[in-house]
Amino acid sequence: MLVVLQNAGAERAGRWLVRGVDLAIAPGEIVTLVGPNGSGKSTTAKLALGVMTPDEGSVRRRAGLAIGYVPQKLAIDWTLPLSVKRFMGLTARLSDAAIGEALEATGVRHLLGEEMATLSGGEFQRVLLARAMARKPDLLVLDEPVQGVDFSGEIRLYELIGEIRDRLQCGILMISHDLHVVMAATDRVLCLNGHVCCSGTPTAVAASEGYKALFGGRAEPMLAVYEHHHDHVHLADGRVRHSDGTVTDHCHREDGHHRGDHPHDPAHSHSHSPAHSPAHSPAHAHGQPHGHGETGREDSDA
Amino acid sequence: MLDDFFVRALLAGIGVALIAGPLGCFIVWRRLAYFGDTLSHSALLGVSLALLMDINVTLAVFAVSAAVALLMLGLQRRSAVSGDTLLGLLSHSALALGLVVLAFLTWVRIDLMGLLFGDILAVSKIDLGVIWLGGAAVLAVLAAIWRPLFAATVNHELALAEGMAPARADLVFMLLLAGAIAIAMKITGVLLITALLIIPAAAARRFASGPEGMAVLAALIGAASVAAGLFGSLQWDTPSGPSIVVAAMMLFAVGASPLAAGFRAARKTGAQER
Repeated sequence: MLVVLQNAGAERAGRWLVRGVDLAIAPGEIVTLVGPNGSGKSTTAKLALGVMTPDEGSVRRRAGLAIGYVPQKLAIDWTLPLSVKRFMGLTARLSDAAIGEALEATGVRHLLGEEMATLSGGEFQRVLLARAMARKPDLLVLDEPVQGVDFSGEIRLYELIGEIRDRLQCGILMISHDLHVVMAATDRVLCLNGHVCCSGTPTAVAASEGYKALFGGRAEPMLAVYEHHHDHVHLADGRVRHSDGTVTDHCHREDGHHRGDHPHDPAHSHSHSPAHSPAHSPAHAHGQPHGHGETGREDSDA
Repeated sequence: MLDDFFVRALLAGIGVALIAGPLGCFIVWRRLAYFGDTLSHSALLGVSLALLMDINVTLAVFAVSAAVALLMLGLQRRSAVSGDTLLGLLSHSALALGLVVLAFLTWVRIDLMGLLFGDILAVSKIDLGVIWLGGAAVLAVLAAIWRPLFAATVNHELALAEGMAPARADLVFMLLLAGAIAIAMKITGVLLITALLIIPAAAARRFASGPEGMAVLAALIGAASVAAGLFGSLQWDTPSGPSIVVAAMMLFAVGASPLAAGFRAARKTGAQER
């Protein structure tokens, strides 16, 4: 085990931020934390990292554990002249090749010489992820790693996180910024609400009573799990290449090129509900259609 | 050559500027300007205590500044009191306390203006030795803790999670700052030390493409300010400490002017062509 939390809890000024967390992460395992705002997701991650010490219970990390961390918030002051390249080597000496490779993987190699303070939100997140993975960590802790990334980029980054796990065989603790969207490669989901409300495989958590109780009657269709079966690719010029090899100008389901892609079952209707907006990052507050997201942009929904 | 008071003043001032530039960068990056003020104001208390107890002034200033730095580090971590208010309280209390204690020392003749604004033209050869040897030590330690200190400046939790021991780097940085203030006090006086820390660093920001480059540039701009300020002081018979600060401020203004913007644009195009 890379890190083991046993009945761990943390308080601040007499208020428990989170209590009774049991969590163990093994090499090659992806654990995702979901839960509403203030449910203790970041606190749990900080306990696992050793940034916070538990006020009850215990946290044990394997000796000599190399950690890569993508914090939820990272403000780079304008007074700090920090290029992407310099930022990549912030906590470890990396070769130019390793830096280039990591930036290439997250699709931002061209930003190497830019200043961190000038990056857009999505670019910034990609650089953060590249930096954390370039350290070749044993444990990767990602606090809302895809916030501010556009939707097709979000899928790509989720895929990349799965690839990182396969390649480095590292354990990954991820906090989902969207409480009902969990990547398919996740081995275990922990649903938090000040305590562990339920845990298990993504599908088991979605079906559990605790999850339904936490998110109300509408919870049932809520846990959308990314299942990646792309049957078409959006090309750079706006056209669409389908699995049968044809290229069309648009992406209609009825055109006969799609095979069972994005079924519009009730599980996807939630994303237009404003009731959950406060829990979303601003990028999603306007109801980005998550549910049918396997393909990202497509126009058959309207 | 060292027998000339002006040469000694020049060497002393440049020595202080070379220390203040890199340290000042961290003050600017971490928004510690007021913190630096507090430390330097507490230096006056150090002087008073040194005269009261008849001990070495530089050592006493270092001890008091270091104690105040550690006190603030501890209080900021523990309490929810606004850091701003805390600093204001400590800063002015230390200054006032220093002045009050000085007033009780009726048996010593004190050049109060020299303490507050510096007396760079009265620098001795021993002072020069303290500045250059002490300064070399401060810069060597700063270089040794640069990586963890910089990582902690970008993000404390990130540095902590990834094993950079940021708390230790912070502590060492505070001690270095106290040391620099003890060394620099004679040159600029307690009221103007922060200026030599902050203004060259702020001026360097517009031309720097990386943190290390900014530190070097801040040191050079500081040294240029000292030279310009001292020559100006000689020319127009103005007080030396304030003249140095005015020179630094003018260099900052040049850096912020459209002229410098053109220079930066040219450099950026040059970098892209490469």
